This record gives sequence, structure tokens and C-alpha cells, in this order.
Amino acid sequence: MKTNIEFTNFYRKLNILSLILIILSIFVLLFKGLNLGVDFKGGTLIEIRTNNSSIKISEIRQSFIKMNLGDVTVKKFGKEKDFLVKIETIKSDDPSFIKSIKDKLSSDTGSEVNFRRVENVGPKVSNELLKAGLLAITLSLAAMLFYIWIRFEWQFSLGAIIAIIHDVLITMGIFSILSYEINLSIVAAILTIVGYSMNDTVVIFDRIRENLKKYTKSSISIISNTSTNETLSRTLITSVTTLLALFSIYFFGGEILKGFSFAMILGVLVGTYSSIFVATPILNYTKVSSKTILKDDDEKL
Amino acid sequence: MLYFSKLKLVSIYFIILFLSFFSAINFLDLNNNLLKNKQINLGLDLQGGTYLLLEVDSSPLVQQKLQNKLLSLRKILKNKKIKYENLKIKNDIINFKILENQIKIFEDFFLNKDGKFNPYFSQYRSYELSHEIDNNLVSIKYSKYGIVEIKNSALNDSLEIVRRRIDEVGTNEPTIIRRGNDRILIELPGLSDPNRIKKLLGKTANLTFRIVSDQPDDFGSEVLYFEDGVTKLNVNKRVVMSGDNLDNAIPSFNNQNNETVVSFSLDRVGAKRFARITTNSVGKRLAIILDNKIVSAPQIREPIVGGNGQISGNFTFQSATDLAVLLRSGALPAPLNIIEERTVGPDLGEDSINAGIISLIIGFLLVIIYMIFKYKFFGIIADISLIVNLILLLGVLSIFEATLTLPGIAGIILTVGMAVDANVLIFERIKEEMRSEKSNVYAFDIGYKKAQSAIIDANITTLISAIILFFLGSGPVKGFAITLGVGILTTLFSAYFLARHLTSIFVMKRKDKEIVI
Repeated sequence: MKTNIEFTNFYRKLNILSLILIILSIFVLLFKGLNLGVDFKGGTLIEIRTNNSSIKISEIRQSFIKMNLGDVTVKKFGKEKDFLVKIETIKSDDPSFIKSIKDKLSSDTGSEVNFRRVENVGPKVSNELLKAGLLAITLSLAAMLFYIWIRFEWQFSLGAIIAIIHDVLITMGIFSILSYEINLSIVAAILTIVGYSMNDTVVIFDRIRENLKKYTKSSISIISNTSTNETLSRTLITSVTTLLALFSIYFFGGEILKGFSFAMILGVLVGTYSSIFVATPILNYTKVSSKTILKDDDEKL
Repeated sequence: MLYFSKLKLVSIYFIILFLSFFSAINFLDLNNNLLKNKQINLGLDLQGGTYLLLEVDSSPLVQQKLQNKLLSLRKILKNKKIKYENLKIKNDIINFKILENQIKIFEDFFLNKDGKFNPYFSQYRSYELSHEIDNNLVSIKYSKYGIVEIKNSALNDSLEIVRRRIDEVGTNEPTIIRRGNDRILIELPGLSDPNRIKKLLGKTANLTFRIVSDQPDDFGSEVLYFEDGVTKLNVNKRVVMSGDNLDNAIPSFNNQNNETVVSFSLDRVGAKRFARITTNSVGKRLAIILDNKIVSAPQIREPIVGGNGQISGNFTFQSATDLAVLLRSGALPAPLNIIEERTVGPDLGEDSINAGIISLIIGFLLVIIYMIFKYKFFGIIADISLIVNLILLLGVLSIFEATLTLPGIAGIILTVGMAVDANVLIFERIKEEMRSEKSNVYAFDIGYKKAQSAIIDANITTLISAIILFFLGSGPVKGFAITLGVGILTTLFSAYFLARHLTSIFVMKRKDKEIVI
């Protein structure tokens, strides 16, 4: 498949679109914020399976309201009999806390309930996990910036890092709009998105560098266009295979991996888009030329 | 790029065979223990179990130690004939006033590096206690390293006692390790209801025997409550005997009143002391106190000289057993707080494994079919290298005895999606080269060469993410980082060695014929 699309024609319009999306994302993140899970906010999470499919979510909610535990959210979780309960207050000093909830819930609903999963995170730990998560994302951005700067030139580094920030912000923005929960595995997804988006960008950059050396007379806008076209079929095929795997996790991998695979799917889509329409245009804007590359080679000699 | 030396080929296929062997171990029912150890471990989220993170609360210990320091300080000051005023503890600081001309005598013994009162830790270049003198007012507190030492020894002692308590309950292969300065991490595979363990670990189990006081407003006594929180007794502050003197404790049945009790036996010192006390206090009540709550307060009817006794207190068999476990394992030096708990039931673990395997198979099939659809014959080569890649990945995980978690399975599936990338990069490059090159061999050779730098750059970026995640991620997420990272390495290996070799065999055979990718 040999394509010849004039990508440069779309740069301006799509860059404006990206800018709007980024501003929107920052706006939602600031004013609506993220729905932090127990990992980062502390609290108790219980996955419940009831014995009796006639038990309604309202009954479970009612039972928790009677227990007087402060802010409690109850929602359905995949199958009919499964529910997920999030309790914001933590009673770490009472080892029988979970058991007492279980007993009360059983007697209120009049049926045996199975606590399939319990996560109880104290404020100190959730604070540490949040810090570690932010540190991991910051570190990975810094490491990418550094790696591209070593392997390419600062203009490439700038393009790549803006593209990644674009991807991460928009993905988080969508999570904020949808009020999807942010937990440890979402941080893992974001780091993987950073790696994946980078991966896509680097392949195009690599080709641009090669073509800059080959066609020293051509302008950067022609070269970036040719390079994007030359690598386009690879970009698309890899995105398709990765998405196939991710959709498989999303639909068949169970409820626990849903958030993770959803974040990854968003990230792959946005990441593929950004390597073509965000990272590459920046090379045009910063007026990269064959001199940028060759000067470096001279220095190395 | 299409030529392989014999030695290279032998090494490539040897590595594949070697890792396939370790990968196969996971699917066999083995009796050999050495090999069985090499099977991939399932994380708690897959096999079910409980994860607990405990924190030692050392502040009561610091207070208690400071109290002891105060007592010995008073003695020393008296011995050295140092006049002092207002000696007391406030906010974990000992304060007192001394005379200007006696400051030197005080500092002489306080800063004596060989002295017992304020030990000097040469490894930290610091004393246990630090002091300040302001206007003849001396204030003494634990130095930073003094606190570190207290925490350290408290953590080590706690670790030992936690281990004993968990062993007593008899769970399957528990992991109990120290985390940082004041934390203990516990993993209990297969335990789906941690209620009992949490209860056992939540008790300091400080056992004391004290005489119940007769006078209600006795200066040397205090009011303590029973378990029920209502009934109270005035109990002498003096501890007659503590749990340290206990030799053994077992739940048993008292036939006289049909009651479950805990029978204990004392060591020699304890037995002697117990005999003396009970002889002197016949007719009085002896309060048995656990963690500042009265368990029971029976009347001493006759002297107990044999060093054996019974604790009664409305026990069920379970609670008597638990109390016996606590008494046998000893008291914790400081209270433990559970600051993180994650429990997964075995049925959820099984569901997760099944969902993981199904999504792996479906994702795998989709990618395989797509590759054949896209690249026909070369798609099959890419697919073979993908299958081998998975086998290698499992093999490496087995050799390092890695733990497979649910996010780890997601990492494997993601690897399946991303692993074909290296081959896609190469095939696309070869396609391009074939447009300008006549010779097949040359086009393939150039294709491999030119794709190399993109492949390496692209994979290193993902590897960086995986490494950072490995070091900063916790629990299940770490499992994801491992499979993702190892997946990248095996992907590079299988694309660059195996797929390249298979391609070269094909190309060499069809040197002069047309090849379509």
C-alpha cells in the first residue's frame, strides 16, 4: 500500500482541534477533577456477589445507609448478582469492620453474600501510592525526553514530549468527563500509553531523519509528508493489532481489567493520531532541516 | 543480514529450546521439586488470598521508654548528689531544673560515651538521647537515631511475633517481610477470610496479673474495665506477674463448671513468684488483664504453687484457642495498625484466570488471522515468531520464578498485539525496497538493516516505561511491568533472530522468482 496523502494540509486545522481538546481536558480536570479510587483516595472497596438474583441494588444501598458509614457508592459490576461498593471512611482500628458489614448485609438482604474482593487502603498508603504514581508518570516523561534528545535533536524531543502530554491529558480528560475511576492499573495504562505513543512517534521521526540525510535539498514539510506516508501502513497495522488485543481484553478480560483496557484503547487511538498530527508538525514549526541532522554528525566526527 | 553462521544458528535454536523447556514445565504435573519451584507463581489476585500491610505504632513505646529513662535518671541524679527540681515528662520531653554549677557534673555522665544511661551509637555518630540546656532548664528527648533504634528493634521483635502468630494459625506458605523502617508486609495465599488473622495481629497481647484493690480510692490503683466495657474494677497498679513468665498456654475444658478455659504453665521464676503472691493474698481477687482490659478476676482460694493455672472468661473454644495462640507467641512490643488490606476470594481469582486466558486466546487468534490476511506467507512467519515469542516469554518468567498477576496477563496480551510490530516494520521496509531493487536477496537484506534503528528506538521507549513501572508500581501492577518488559525483549529476539532466519531460508530458495509480501 503506497499512499500519497497531503498530511501537511491538515496540520493547521487538526492542531487547532488538538489545542481545543487539550484546553477542554485541562478545564474538566481542574473543575470536575478525577474520580480517584480507593488506591489513591483511601477507603474501602468491596466486590459483592449475592446468592439471590432477585436482590436489587436499592436494597443493598438501603442496607449500607442503615450502617451509617458516611459516603457509600453502590453500583452494578458486570454480571447480574455482582455489585461494587465503595466506602469513603476507613476504620483501620477495627479488625472486624469488614465482617460486621458482611453480617449486617446478609441479615438485611436475607441471603448469604459473598465478598469476592476487599480492598482497604489507609490514608497514609493512598497518599504514598498517589505520589508514587505521579512520580512514575513524571519520570517516564523525563526519561523519554532525555532518550529522544540523545538519539535525535531537541526539536524531535520537543515534538515527542508535546505529543505525549497531548495524549495523556486528553485520555485523562475523557476519564474525568466519564467519571471513570482512576486506580493503580490506570496509572500503569498511562505509562504504557506514554511508551506506545512514543514508539509510534519514533518510527516516523526515524524515517524523517533518514530522509533528511537522503534528500538534503528538500524542505522539512515535504520530507515529513513523505516520511509519514512511507510509514503510514506500518503505523496503521500496528495500531490495528494492538487494538485487536486490547478489545479482546476489554470484552473478555473481566470487569477488573475494563478500566485499564479502556484507557489503553483511548491512548492507542489518540497516540496514533498525535504521532502523525502533533509530533511531526512540530518539526515543521521548529524549522528542522538537513543541517540540523548533519551538524550533529560533524560534531561527532 | 540474511546470512547466519552455524554457531549463531545453534545458539538461537538452543535458546529457544532451553526456554521452551522451562515454559513447558508450567503445563506438566511434576513430582520433581526442583522443577516444580520453577513454575510461574500466581499472584494473590489470581489464586485468591490476603495481602496486609502493617505499621508499627512506636509512639507508645517511645513514651514508655522515656518513662523508664525518667526513673533511672532520678536515681542517677540522687547518686551523684545533683539537686533537681520539677523533673517530669511533657510532650515526650524530660524537663527539669538544676543548679548552674552542677551542669558540668550532669553533662559528664550524660555525654559519657561508655555510660549506660545515654548510649552512643558509633554507626550513626549520635547519642540515643539529645539534650538542651536553657537557663538551667534541662530538656532531654530521644534523638533522631534513638527513635530509629527503637523503631528498628520494635519492628524486628514484631516481625518475629507476627511470624509466630501466623504460623500458629497454620496458613499455606505465608510471606512475611519487613518493609522500610516501620512496616511489615504479609501475603497469605488462599486465605479468603482474614478476619481471624486480623484480630490476632490487632492485639498487642500484653498479659498482666494484678491484685484487685480493696479500697476504692487507693492511690496505687486504677480503674479498669472488662471486655464488655461496662463492668469495672479497682486494680492495683503493681504488676504481680506478666506474660513474659508464661511457658505454655493451651485451650482446655474445665470439667467442674463445664467451661472452656485457657490453661497456662509458668517458667521457674514465674512459678516461684506466683506461689509467693498467691500465698500472701489468699482471699483476695486476682485480675487477669489483657491489653488493659480485665479478662477475669477470680478469687484466690488457695496458694497456687505448681506453676500451673487457668484463665476463665466466658470463652468459646475459638476465642480460647486464639487467646492461647496470643499468649504462646508473646506480646508485641508496640501496637500494629493495618494500613492496607487487599483480599481476593478464590472464586474471583479463578474467574480472573479464565477471563484472562479467554481474552488471551481471542486476542491471539485475531492478531494471527489479521497478519495472515495482511502478509499471506510472511504473515505465517510473523505468526510463528509470535507463538515462539509467547513460549519464550513464559520460559523467562518461569526461570526467574516471576509472579503472574491479572495485569500481568494483560501485559502478555498487549505484548501479542505489539510484538508483531517489529515484523511489520521489517516487512513494510522490504516492500519499499523491493519497489526499487531488482534482487530479492538484496531487498530483504537492506530491509532488515534499515528497519533496525526504528525497531530499537521504538522498543526502548516502551521498555523505559516498563522499567519505571517496575520500580514504582506496587503489587499486581508490578506483574504488568514484568510481562511487558520481558515481552519486549523476547519480541526483539524472536523477530530479529527466528523470523529473520525463517525469512532467509524462504528467500534463498526463491532467489530468482517473484516474491510478494
